[in-house]
Amino acid sequence: MAKMTMVEAIRDAHAVAMERDERVVVFGEDVGYFGGVFRCTKGLQQRFGVSRCFDAPITESGIVGAAVGMAAFGLRPCVEIQFADYMYPAYDQIVSEAARLRYRSAGDFSAPLTVRMPVGGGIFGGQTHSQSPESLFTHVAGLKTVMPSNPYDAKGLLIAAIEDDDPVIFLEPKRLYNGPFDGYHDRVATPWSRHELGEVPEGYYNVPLGSAAIRRPGSAVTVLAYGTMVHVALAAVETYGVDAEVIDLRTLIPLDLATIVASVAKTGRCVVVHEATLTSGFGAELAALVQKHAFYHLGAPIERVTGYDTPYPHSQEWAYFPGPERIGAALARVLEG
Amino acid sequence: MTKGGRADNEVAARDGEPLTLVMPGPVVRPGQRPDFSHYGAFAPGAFRRPAVDDSAESMVDLATGLIRVLDDDGNAVGPWNLNLDASSLREGLRVMMLTREFDRRMMIDQRQSKTSFYMQCTGEEAIACAFQSALRTGDMNFPTYRQQGLLVAAGYPLELMMSQVYSNTMDPLHGRQMPVFYSAREYGFFSISGNLATQFVQGVGWAMASALTGGSAIAAAWIGDGASAETDFFSALVMASTYRAPVILNIVNNQWAISTNEAVARGQAPSFAARGRGFGIPALRVDGNDYLAVHAVASWAAERARANLGPTLVEWVTYRTAAHSSSDDPASYRSADEPSAWPLGDPIERLAKHLMVLGALDESQLATLTEQVESEVGAAQLKAESFGTLKDGPKPSPREIFEDVFKTMPESLASQEREAGY
Ligand SMILES: Cc1ncc(C[n+]2csc(CCOP(=O)(O)OP(=O)(O)O)c2C)c(N)n1
Ligand SMILES: [Mg+2]
Repeated sequence: MAKMTMVEAIRDAHAVAMERDERVVVFGEDVGYFGGVFRCTKGLQQRFGVSRCFDAPITESGIVGAAVGMAAFGLRPCVEIQFADYMYPAYDQIVSEAARLRYRSAGDFSAPLTVRMPVGGGIFGGQTHSQSPESLFTHVAGLKTVMPSNPYDAKGLLIAAIEDDDPVIFLEPKRLYNGPFDGYHDRVATPWSRHELGEVPEGYYNVPLGSAAIRRPGSAVTVLAYGTMVHVALAAVETYGVDAEVIDLRTLIPLDLATIVASVAKTGRCVVVHEATLTSGFGAELAALVQKHAFYHLGAPIERVTGYDTPYPHSQEWAYFPGPERIGAALARVLEG
Repeated sequence: MTKGGRADNEVAARDGEPLTLVMPGPVVRPGQRPDFSHYGAFAPGAFRRPAVDDSAESMVDLATGLIRVLDDDGNAVGPWNLNLDASSLREGLRVMMLTREFDRRMMIDQRQSKTSFYMQCTGEEAIACAFQSALRTGDMNFPTYRQQGLLVAAGYPLELMMSQVYSNTMDPLHGRQMPVFYSAREYGFFSISGNLATQFVQGVGWAMASALTGGSAIAAAWIGDGASAETDFFSALVMASTYRAPVILNIVNNQWAISTNEAVARGQAPSFAARGRGFGIPALRVDGNDYLAVHAVASWAAERARANLGPTLVEWVTYRTAAHSSSDDPASYRSADEPSAWPLGDPIERLAKHLMVLGALDESQLATLTEQVESEVGAAQLKAESFGTLKDGPKPSPREIFEDVFKTMPESLASQEREAGY
């Protein structure tokens, strides 16, 4: 076991995957010599050589398009998009190509690539360094979508993503890179070195795609969250003294529906939390599934706490962020119901 | 017969050897001695000034040359010397100095948390400042985040720029945008996007609209060496080429794209300007640290556009002296010796020297100008700070989060605003 930040865990996952499988190649903007603007690939070029980890020109469509070609050839590309907000030039390659290659060729070709990208706000990044576009991926048939909330999962899930035979979108909450974040931006956060999920095994392990984790067992209400919002939900539950069961989805597609349904069947109440905008967000999917599979257990309408349906503002970032207070208010409403 | 200079049988013998890729990178990394001699080799005054209606094919050599006017001794030489009058030159010097002083102050303010972020254009001032002098009211720039000099040269109030950087209550963008992502339609400055290269093709569209409506305004699109690898760059060239749009397509090659050297985006091409050839677009490479060369080439390209001769592609060669942004430290990826090895000098020093050679400036006048510039920026700062900074004082209302998503707020959003309770 070693103490790692999320950045270090992601770096280590790359190294483990590259060590075990020489088909794994890593590239992206500033990824090679410098090791990425968030330093997630630092040291890989020195260790594995320039043909395993290299800098790419600033062309997201080029990066992902080339990765699709490499994956079809038989490599295991793991590419970085510098911010999720910059993935749009690559969206055609992801949606029309990577996601459907297996289907349209009846398995003749496939695209086992991993596309990593930092998501979420909290760094005063404004509308182009803060987005959470997960639902733009979960809506696409043929993509797996992952979002870890801690170093242990980040490493295990990234290894699983790289090993997966289908395209995986790997979303990294940048606010968690160097420490968990409880949503109270004006308070000091516990560093990963003092958090139990900052304990990361050395060497190989994986966290299978499609399994959620119960972060806090409880009986009054189920809170569904992923990424940064797991920590914010835990903080809200603590602050407002609610006996909530907090579930960290970890992977959105495939979704661990059994864990979700079992929890709501027990609590009879459900709050869904995400940082992404409300309308057509992944929360809508979760709410629909919960009402279908646990309808007769529900004692109150399902609540969603999300970003507002606006671009992410710069200076008003903390007025926008769905923080503990908004989660607390939603918890109070469903518990009244 | 030879192929690529190698005998046929030699090439044939390599068939069957394992294939390899070229892994591009900078010539030099930290600890190594930088070499910019490929730029230094071009003498000022060496390149001809073609007629504006000459064919693109007739001037392909200019895409790999380097148009320069100012020599090392401060003289203006060659066919691109337009003999600008002394007062225009002094104004050019003043706006470049203003831009640099503005950057210096804002960078200090970033370190003091008065703003979250800042980007300097240190060493690149001549490009934006001299370019703006070739534009007319009604023309539109589609800039990147490193062309603040366009705004300063256009006379945009410094306190408004600062207020945007501070996200205060005088910020024209209501705190919504990241610092330096200005928007100033009246000053010919299109809203800056965080998504690289998108503006390059939009500039072509603006120019097309001007022509479609029989107007006389032209557009200027801007992009960095790194961002020129994006698809939108090539889309812009295609659209400009197909419709012969009245647009100036500017590539600012400041040698770096964060940690990535310009060679990565350029690949096997001899220059960025050389990209123009395949599109039939006249393309020139220019010393971007030479105020006179920038002014002359910008005027030439603007004249082409106004005469309905279509687009021009210009590569401005310069050097990003400062870090990429306030979040960046170049020490870990580029040699500390680079600035001293840079052969094209500093644009402000070069223009000041030229004015002195002309007898239009002396040391005491330069000192006075420096004081004036400092006090102008200082006064703007006092005013802007009285409207708050990100750290202290008044702030734009959180209600601003919900405004301007649509012209008229839909009920779905209005209900979210009510729930927020701001
Ligand atoms: C589509 C997109 N991809 C990546 C980025 C992140 N990014 C911001 S600036 C930058 C480097 C740009 O370099 P260059 O075009 O040379 O301009 P310079 O900063 O040198 O002025 C990168 C990669 C972005 N903003 N947008
Ligand atoms: Mg650059």
